Amino acid sequence: MAAFGSFALLIALALAAYNLLAGALALRLIATRQPARISPERLADTARRAGIAGFVAVTAAAFALVWSVFANDFSITYIMEHSNRALPGAYKFSALWSGQEGSLLLWAWLLGVYGFVLRLTHKKDVTLYAYAGTILAAIQVFFLAVLNFAAPPFALYRGALPDDGNGLNPLLQYPEMVIHPPMLYLGYVGFCIPFAFALGALMMNYPGEKWIKITRAWTMVTWLFLTCGIFLGMHWAYAVLGWGGYWGWDPVENASFMPWLTGTAFLHSVMMQEKKGMMKSWNVWLIFSTFLLTLLGTLLTRAGLVSSVHAFAQSSIGNWFVTFMVIVLAVCIFTYVLQRKNLKSDHQLESLVSRESSFLFNNLVLLTACFVILWGTLFPILSEYVVGSKVTVGAPFYNRVAVPIGLFLLFLTGVGPLLPWRATSFKSIRRNFVLPVIVLWVTVIVCLAVGVWPWKAGVFDQGNFYALVAFAISAGVLTAILSEFVRGAGVISRQTGRNFFVAIWLLTRRNTRRYGGYIVHIGVVVIVVGLAGSAFNRNVESEMGLHDKLVIGPYTLVQVGATQDSNLNYNSEYAMLDVYEHGKKQFQMTPERRVYLASEQPQTMVAIHSVPSWDLYVVYEGTNPDTGQPIIKAFLNPLVGWIWAGLMVLVFGTLVALVPSQKPAAQRGGNQ
Amino acid sequence: MKSFRSFTFWMKGVQALALAVAVCFSLGASDAGSRFNDLGHRLMCTCGCAQLLGECNHVGCTESGRERQELKDGIASGKSDKEILAAFAAKYGATVLAAPTTQGFDLVAWIAPFAVFGAALLGTILLVRRWALSSAGKAQAAKDGEAASDDPETKTLREKIRRETGSDGGF
Repeated sequence: MAAFGSFALLIALALAAYNLLAGALALRLIATRQPARISPERLADTARRAGIAGFVAVTAAAFALVWSVFANDFSITYIMEHSNRALPGAYKFSALWSGQEGSLLLWAWLLGVYGFVLRLTHKKDVTLYAYAGTILAAIQVFFLAVLNFAAPPFALYRGALPDDGNGLNPLLQYPEMVIHPPMLYLGYVGFCIPFAFALGALMMNYPGEKWIKITRAWTMVTWLFLTCGIFLGMHWAYAVLGWGGYWGWDPVENASFMPWLTGTAFLHSVMMQEKKGMMKSWNVWLIFSTFLLTLLGTLLTRAGLVSSVHAFAQSSIGNWFVTFMVIVLAVCIFTYVLQRKNLKSDHQLESLVSRESSFLFNNLVLLTACFVILWGTLFPILSEYVVGSKVTVGAPFYNRVAVPIGLFLLFLTGVGPLLPWRATSFKSIRRNFVLPVIVLWVTVIVCLAVGVWPWKAGVFDQGNFYALVAFAISAGVLTAILSEFVRGAGVISRQTGRNFFVAIWLLTRRNTRRYGGYIVHIGVVVIVVGLAGSAFNRNVESEMGLHDKLVIGPYTLVQVGATQDSNLNYNSEYAMLDVYEHGKKQFQMTPERRVYLASEQPQTMVAIHSVPSWDLYVVYEGTNPDTGQPIIKAFLNPLVGWIWAGLMVLVFGTLVALVPSQKPAAQRGGNQ
Repeated sequence: MKSFRSFTFWMKGVQALALAVAVCFSLGASDAGSRFNDLGHRLMCTCGCAQLLGECNHVGCTESGRERQELKDGIASGKSDKEILAAFAAKYGATVLAAPTTQGFDLVAWIAPFAVFGAALLGTILLVRRWALSSAGKAQAAKDGEAASDDPETKTLREKIRRETGSDGGF
């Protein structure tokens, strides 16, 4: 199977190279209208077919690797290092992306999948799709070259074959890890598509904004995958790492967040191009930057450029990535300089206070946030280069710099939709903003009344201050968004005589993009409320003998047993804790500690009881070597569930925005 | 006069707010528990887990217990926050501090984000203002041109096009 996989990868590289060269030649012939022995259209079609065949070849290689994992073929180094016989089936499957070679193969395969779909739908615009397909082929050539020459997944193990493999990293043996990396990679790789269309449209001097319309769905789906990937990663960190948090500003987390920020900026500013023909250069560079940041993210994760808690696979492929990024940047700059005259705006902003300028400021803040994170991530390298010593740029830096920017962005989320296009009158501002501002200040007063003070025991508390501001702005933003729904639904209700809820449904169906976007914003607000809850986290730690008690918040944990278990994959020890609330037993929790046999590495399995107001989060930290009694750490983390609920709302909103809007009856009739 | 009074009122409001914030910031940490918590979140665990000392609790950590004890000892011995952080940095290297300091090259880490944000904000405002002025100028010129060329025949023609097409036909 190793030989089959290696051969499939070589074939895939040859096909991608043909796709690139034949595609580029055909497009050149079409652009210059030079006479040629072969019809350029036919040549372009052979390139397209080579792309489809290349997808089949990459699929064969990925299948060969998965097959080898399930067949326990430890003659392949990658399988030996990332799997073992007792590994459960789902995790054997996830071994595909648990190491560097496998995850690069996943990149190439997902790129193949996206390319396959793109090439099958080429009839929408044959020439533009040919450009995009050729650019995708160039990217595929890079990844397949790395897989064939720098990080081969089918490299054979040298020396005597071991009976069993080293096993999968225990941190990765968790259900989210079966979904999180593919989801994240679907997001990373997916941004290749809008990038390819943008670069292709620029190269061919594509008239109008049709390429934006073609790529809109691609971009939104990609953005959705990336969003889900990031949140699944957060949930994994929360449930597995056992420190009670979900975001540590780790370089790898940052690497996934940066393209999300620029991608979000692109999704907003692209509306300006569609509606007003503005910000054309800006949009092109936003999508170029997003693609480059996805490459940077892969570089950071895979090349060990910066130290990270979960850079699971590190090696020397950094030079390949840096070279590729330089080439991509050079091509982007060259094409832009050559074609920039075609990117002049059709209109200009007319007022500082308008929907257009709110989009501009939204972009400014998103890009500043991206810069802050990039700066913080790379500053240790810069510091080492300039003054010769490394520094840590951790959570305190981001909390001081990035959180205020995030809160400002949240504020703009509420302000933007209330501003009309072109210009705003003072009367309109007063009409739209009075209620949200009142709600904002009422929230401040209520928060202060219930004890959310920006100081604690006479000391300024940054966390509480941010939480107070976040709650207040969230309330204002939510009011602003809901008032948009109420206003629109009221008009429809009066026009059609339908009840209010039906009117909201009709309103959303008529402009799914706008109201889907508002639902996404509601999701963001819910997430922010959940994040703000972290300011009130508390924890207690104690050694617990039989019937010992641990009190946290309204809960009393009583140890009723500590036991051990084992299976082929790991040995475990866990405590059984009865949880009482108001003197009444409510449920039992069993935090666990595992030691995986193949890797001999320990791992906590956190027990979490989640209700809307908080999570009770219990960690089995181990046993006291002197007494043999378990050490339990319990956290009470307020509002964490809101983060995951907010994600659901956000996903729903994005799906709504992806549904085509329904034209009003009069217009439909007119079209018939 | 009214606008001056309004301006004075807002200025006083801003001053009061600034004073309140300054008071909040100027209040120092008072008890050992909050100092331990605060400093624990300004230091890193040195075992390589990349977690803050105050949050490191992973199984088998060989460093965080000792570091926490050193932090407690430092607070108990009456050292200031600055002295404790300096002692940790001297013993474990600058990477034990969870964020860059505000001295030397480290200061650049703090300044750059705000400088970039400020410059970008200013640039955007100036750009939007320029565009707005330019749009206003163009609109005025178009209006003037339209008024000058609006002889009765053109007006009639424009009205006819507007009625029939719903637009002014590019006038």
